[in-house]
Amino acid sequence: MSGATGSKLHTMRDAIAAHVHDGDTVAIEGFTHCISFAAGHEIIRQKRRNLTLARMTPDLIYDQMVAAGCAKKLIFSWLGNPGVGSLHAIRRRTEPSALAPGESLLEVEEYSHHGMVGRYVAGAHRLPFYPLRSYSESDLPAANPLIRQVESPYGDGKIWAVPPLNPDVAIIHAQRADAEGNVQMWGLLGCQKEAAFAAKRVIAVVEEIVPTETIRADPNRTIVPGLIVNAVVHEPFGAHPSYVQGAYDRDNAFYREWDAISREAAATDEWLREWVYEVPDRAAYIAKMDAARLRALRPTPAPSGSVDYGDYR
Amino acid sequence: MSAPKGPEATPNELMVVAAARALEGRRVCFVGVGLPNIAVNLAKRTIAPQMELVYEAGVFGASPARLPLSIGDPTIVTGSTATVSMHDLFGLYLQGGRIDVGFLGGAQIDRFGNLNTTVIGDYAAPKTRLPGSGGACEIAINAKEIMVIMRQSKRSFVERLDFRTSPGHLDGAAHAERVRHDEGWLSAGPTVVVTDLAVYGFDADGEMTLRTLHPGATLDAVRESIGWKIRIPTGDVPTTPPPSAEELRLIREELDPTGAYV
Repeated sequence: MSGATGSKLHTMRDAIAAHVHDGDTVAIEGFTHCISFAAGHEIIRQKRRNLTLARMTPDLIYDQMVAAGCAKKLIFSWLGNPGVGSLHAIRRRTEPSALAPGESLLEVEEYSHHGMVGRYVAGAHRLPFYPLRSYSESDLPAANPLIRQVESPYGDGKIWAVPPLNPDVAIIHAQRADAEGNVQMWGLLGCQKEAAFAAKRVIAVVEEIVPTETIRADPNRTIVPGLIVNAVVHEPFGAHPSYVQGAYDRDNAFYREWDAISREAAATDEWLREWVYEVPDRAAYIAKMDAARLRALRPTPAPSGSVDYGDYR
Repeated sequence: MSAPKGPEATPNELMVVAAARALEGRRVCFVGVGLPNIAVNLAKRTIAPQMELVYEAGVFGASPARLPLSIGDPTIVTGSTATVSMHDLFGLYLQGGRIDVGFLGGAQIDRFGNLNTTVIGDYAAPKTRLPGSGGACEIAINAKEIMVIMRQSKRSFVERLDFRTSPGHLDGAAHAERVRHDEGWLSAGPTVVVTDLAVYGFDADGEMTLRTLHPGATLDAVRESIGWKIRIPTGDVPTTPPPSAEELRLIREELDPTGAYV
């Protein structure tokens, strides 16, 4: 149960088994930064099916989960391989001419970035919609009838609205947490906080488990309190090939390699076999990786200065 | 302007330099990846040193030490003025009216600067599924001005978009001005389109009009790579001023040393 104090440390296998079920709406968030590939791969290994996958940018992790047959629907705002091109496995399930025999088209529900962020905000705030200045004179509302207009109650015209999104489970990656699930993050914050507060269950995956005193020494850095976290997973390099600010760089070479791998269904399946199904967990995935490649992703340190919170007693 | 050393400027270099120069006088620029990113970083090193670079991933005042491959590269964070949540970025910075110019591109553009980044073909059964809006739709509405960088071809400069993701001057200036007024848009719409052949502006009707031809480009090449009858002013069309040696050096040695983009 969330809310109780005490350790919530679990293995990824146990956290996914307990909190991700067939048919769930799952949000593995993280905008380019801190994407929990480790969680996505465990969901693939546990053969979850009929998931609705929500993410601003589905990225390689949802391309892999779609290729593995986990998804029935995508909710997103930008569907591509950032800096490289297309997500080919998803294209094979969204373009009728590319569909393999026996496969069906994925359902898609698309927004803009602000709309997608707003959906999590409305969900987290328990509001019936999020108003925003977008979509006007765009074909997006015709493509997605959930994007609607409402009259301002203050007599200044209509405003566009998007509905709340309350995922069954949000999975966020970050630099560190304590065993109770108080999560600290720096660098691009994406919508980790909003997705976590909107979700019914939260799995926090971190590079490092730290004592509670470390968290309390820098409370401004906390994005999510243990109060709303159901499971904490300690998973170093758990975001590879995405990155963690200060810990390791984005493996841009892999993002380019995936473009070639994912163009063919057979090559995609072969990659999933080698790097997901036949790998028991993230530690084994990292051990299997080329050590020099991994070392090259370590940045030169650039620590922040520290600030003085003061001792008031 | 001194002649560039080394090889002649390529069409992509002409495009990046023309886009960078269009940023003169702008303070806050919403950057995209790829060519817009190089153009904006070039402008900051040349004609617009005070410019604040904003990345949709949640960074205000970025000073990237390397060229980011993705829109969310860690180099945009280190040394930035502010790193914020995407809710703050899209709400406080963009919708709040703090962005002077946004750079957009797309798979298709029409004569009024409307853009398609969503699908080629029918939406429900697309021939090609493109990435979609990302932040483009709200950038088009909330940035004070839009600039576009795109290579031109009959496939991309089309009479009719397959899908309008981001509004430009709609079906002409009269309609666009009415909507902007009635709905409180901050955007004055697209002002500049820079391609590999030319620089275009928009006339009083809100329609794309040729402004300058890049060195080496011809009117025939322009006409042959646009899917409608492009407006060309009467008289001689000026030539886009060629890149300076320093601009080419910055692109070749600092901004894109591996030639990944330009």
